[in-house]
Order: sequence, then structure tokens, then C-alpha cells
Amino acid sequence: MRFLMYEVDNSASANTPPSPALLAEMGKLIEETTKAGILLATGGLGPNPTRVRTSGGKVAITDGPFTEAKELTGGFALIEVKTKEEALEWAKRFRKIVGDGESVVQEVFGG
Amino acid sequence: MLQSVAVTTADAHRAIDAVWRIESPRLIAGLTRIVRDVGLAEELAQDALVAAVEQWPESGVPDNPGAWLMATAKHRAIDRLRRDARLERKREEIGREVEAAQKLATAVPESSGDFGDDLLRLVFIACHPVLSTEARVALTLRLLGGLSTDEIARAFLVPESTVAQRIVRAKRTLTAAHVPFEVPVASDLEARLASVLEVIYLVFNEGYSATAGDDWMRPALCLDALRLGRLVADLLPREPEAHGLVALMEIQASRTKARVGPAGEPILLLDQNRGQWDQLLIRRGLAALERAEALGGALGPYALQAAIAACHARARTAEETDWAQIAALYDALAQLAHSPVVELNRAVAYGRAFGPTAGLELADALVSEPSLKSYHLLPSVRGDLLAKLGRSDEARSEFERAAALTRNARERDLLLERAAGCSRS
Repeated sequence: MRFLMYEVDNSASANTPPSPALLAEMGKLIEETTKAGILLATGGLGPNPTRVRTSGGKVAITDGPFTEAKELTGGFALIEVKTKEEALEWAKRFRKIVGDGESVVQEVFGG
Repeated sequence: MLQSVAVTTADAHRAIDAVWRIESPRLIAGLTRIVRDVGLAEELAQDALVAAVEQWPESGVPDNPGAWLMATAKHRAIDRLRRDARLERKREEIGREVEAAQKLATAVPESSGDFGDDLLRLVFIACHPVLSTEARVALTLRLLGGLSTDEIARAFLVPESTVAQRIVRAKRTLTAAHVPFEVPVASDLEARLASVLEVIYLVFNEGYSATAGDDWMRPALCLDALRLGRLVADLLPREPEAHGLVALMEIQASRTKARVGPAGEPILLLDQNRGQWDQLLIRRGLAALERAEALGGALGPYALQAAIAACHARARTAEETDWAQIAALYDALAQLAHSPVVELNRAVAYGRAFGPTAGLELADALVSEPSLKSYHLLPSVRGDLLAKLGRSDEARSEFERAAALTRNARERDLLLERAAGCSRS
């Protein structure tokens, strides 16, 4: 089973770059998940997303940043594990490192 | 610190399973380093698991479950050593155990994060040549894959008692042979690593060949093998064959979806819908192959097979396949690991790369090969090459022979269709 994990709200640290200590901790977790053979892909997301929206057949393009709370921010990880619980366990470990905020864990079909 | 949120028992058990899968390999590895006996280490880890199953549904999963399990297992170890010492066994043995107990008390906490070496030692113990292949497979899945005896039994379609016995005997054999907890020295490394990679690839193929079935345990073996392969390649980054095997498995796994039709029928590589190939796994496979190649030297058998798989993976359509390159890779593979099946594949590649005559020449040389006597792919390949040369009668009888040999009903239909096609022309 594949799961995508991403942060939807890290408002506490949204506009501050991660500290070296946090980066080091993240590096350790990435190393651990790589070693465990479950991390398929991971990446950070740039700060200024662009929205492409269709309405009545018209396409509208809006540049970010956006101010809504549930903005997809930070980064993502695509992992492959046997159960949802295993994905949640890794998500817990991630959250303990990054501090207050919220991640979403969602199964990926067709992977 | 324990979580204050109470969880239902079923939820808790699933959460414990997840923690166990993540933590058990390094828990057992760390314990083996301390007690120097993989069988005892596994028992201690199991004791800790039992404690977790008893306590976590009430208390919640601890904040650092790995450290909790290790601390619990260490307490059990000290209890056992004390109890054993009270039995007044041989004086020198007690001395040794007291020493071990002291070591235990001062052992470095496992949270240091540097568990890689212990894991690697555990891999080499589980795949030790003193054990039979079956025992190595069972022990590896149990100690490093975190699988239960029942899960291994279901995956390999054998009774649970058989697997349990294999594991007990394997642990006894390791203890009796005084197999040290260490990474093999340089001169042994190649042979010992080959044994490890063989076990991993065997697990992968067991899962890969299980295209159908009601039990998801078998296909899940591919994931177990990939995990183990990635672990070993990560721990032995200088070993090209470790990366080669990972590359081979990633690329093969990328085709999982495309290789079976809607009715469960197998779809041959060249007929597969390449849009269903998993590009993420292909990219990972190609990257692993690059790592193997970058280490220099001639490619080993796994890296060569991966390179062949990569030729297919890189081709956007079957027509784009670089058959000359595949033929050259099979030449190299035949030199390293000569076998009739490799020769037959070489014949196919030659047929595609240099025309049917070149392919048929190689295939004809295999006709008297005893091990291929009832192998349906030999007449099937010859039939294909003969048909391309316009030798319809010979082609038809080859397809008919292949149809009679295959055990797969759908393949039989396909071969009979081709035979019928020959008579018409």
C-alpha cells in the first residue's frame, strides 16, 4: 500500500526557514525510512504555489501565496508499507520532529 | 510519556503490529549484539512484544516504542541471566554471564541511531550458509522482515508447524555452529553476500510468481524482498551486486500491474501496456543500476539482468527495444552464469537483433539439452523463429509441441492459435 503524506498546516513556522537542528532531525528520519526501504519519493514544496482553476469552461490562473489556513505547505513523502497503521506510525514520528501543525496521510491507488 | 488517549483493543493490536514491523529487526539485532545468540535475542524480543500486547492497549503506544521494547527486552534478559545463574550451572559459565549482565547494564542506548552495523550482522547470520535455503528464507523473513510464523507459512503455502520447526532448527544450528555476530571479512564477503542476495531474490520471485490467489500474503513478499534489498544495498553501498539486485527487483516490480490481464491471464512483456508500468519504480531501478555501474568493474549476474530489464524499461514501445544491446548483455550473462534458460533468452535476443537465422542457430543448439526436454518455451521460441523464416510446417509442429507441454491453459490456447496460423499460410 502506498501512502502520500503531506503537511497541510504548519502555520507556526510557515514563514520561517527550518532551523539547522530541525533539518538534521529530518535528515535522520529520511535516512531511517530509506534504510527501512519504505520511502519511495520525498520532496519539499516551494513557497509560492499557483492555482489553475476551471469554471464554466474557462481557465483562471492565480498566483500564490494564499492566505487560507489549510494550505498545502512544507513537503511530502510517498511511502510503501503493508498497513495503514504502519503509515500512521511513520507520520507520528515525523510530527514529533517538526512540532505543531498538521499532516495528512492518504492512500494512493494505482501505485 | 504515554499517550493519554485510550484506543480500542483491535486498533491497539494493529498499531502494535505496525510498530513491530518497524522496530523488530533492529531490536533483535541490538539484542543479538548483547547476548551473542540470535535465538535468545529473538525470544527476548518476543517477550517484549508480549509485554507490549499486554500493556499498550491500556496505556497507549509509548512515545518512543522502539526504546520501550528495547528496555523491556533488556530487563527480561537480566531476569533470565539471574535466574539461570541461580541454577548454579558451571562456574565459568556463570562468570561469563555475569560479565554479559554487566555489559548489558552499560550497553549503549539504542536511540543513538547507529543500528546499521548490527542489522547488517543480523542479515549475514540469518542468511548463513550453514543453514538450508529454506531455513535462511524463513529466518530472514522472521528476523528482518518482522513476519510472523503464520504469515511466512501462508506466503510459502506450507503448514505453520513446518515454518516454526524450520526456524527453531535454524536457531539451534546457528548456536551449535557458534556463528559469530559479525560482518564477514573481505575475503568471505563476496560468497556470503551472494547467499544474502539469493535469499532476497528467492523471496521476491516467490511473490512475483503469485500472480493470482486469494491470499495477499504471497504478492506482499515482493514488498518484503524490496525492503530487504534496499536495506542491504544501503548498508553495503560499495557492493555493486546489492544495487544490481535492487535495480532488478524495482524494474520487475514496475510491471506488476501490466503482466496480468483482466481474467488473470499472463501477458508477455512485449505485449504489455507500457502505460501501466510504474514509472516511479522504473526510475528507482535505473538509479540503482547506475549506482552499480558507477562502482566500476564488470557487472555481476544481478546487475546484468537489471541492465537487460532496463533496456525494456527505457523503450517506450516494444518496437523501440534495443535488442542489440540486450543480445550483448545476454552474451555477458552467459559467460558469468551459463544456463540453458539464459541461452534460450539469448536466442530470442539474437533473433530480434540479428534476424531469425541467428536466433534459430542458438535455439537449435538447445534441442538436445536434457533440462529443457519438457520446457514449453523452447519449442515456442523455435516455432516463432521458424515461422519468421517461412518454414511453416516445422513452425506449426513446434507450436503444437509447446502447447502440449505448457500447464497454463491460456498459454496453450495462444500456442494452438499460432499453430493454426501457420497451417493457413
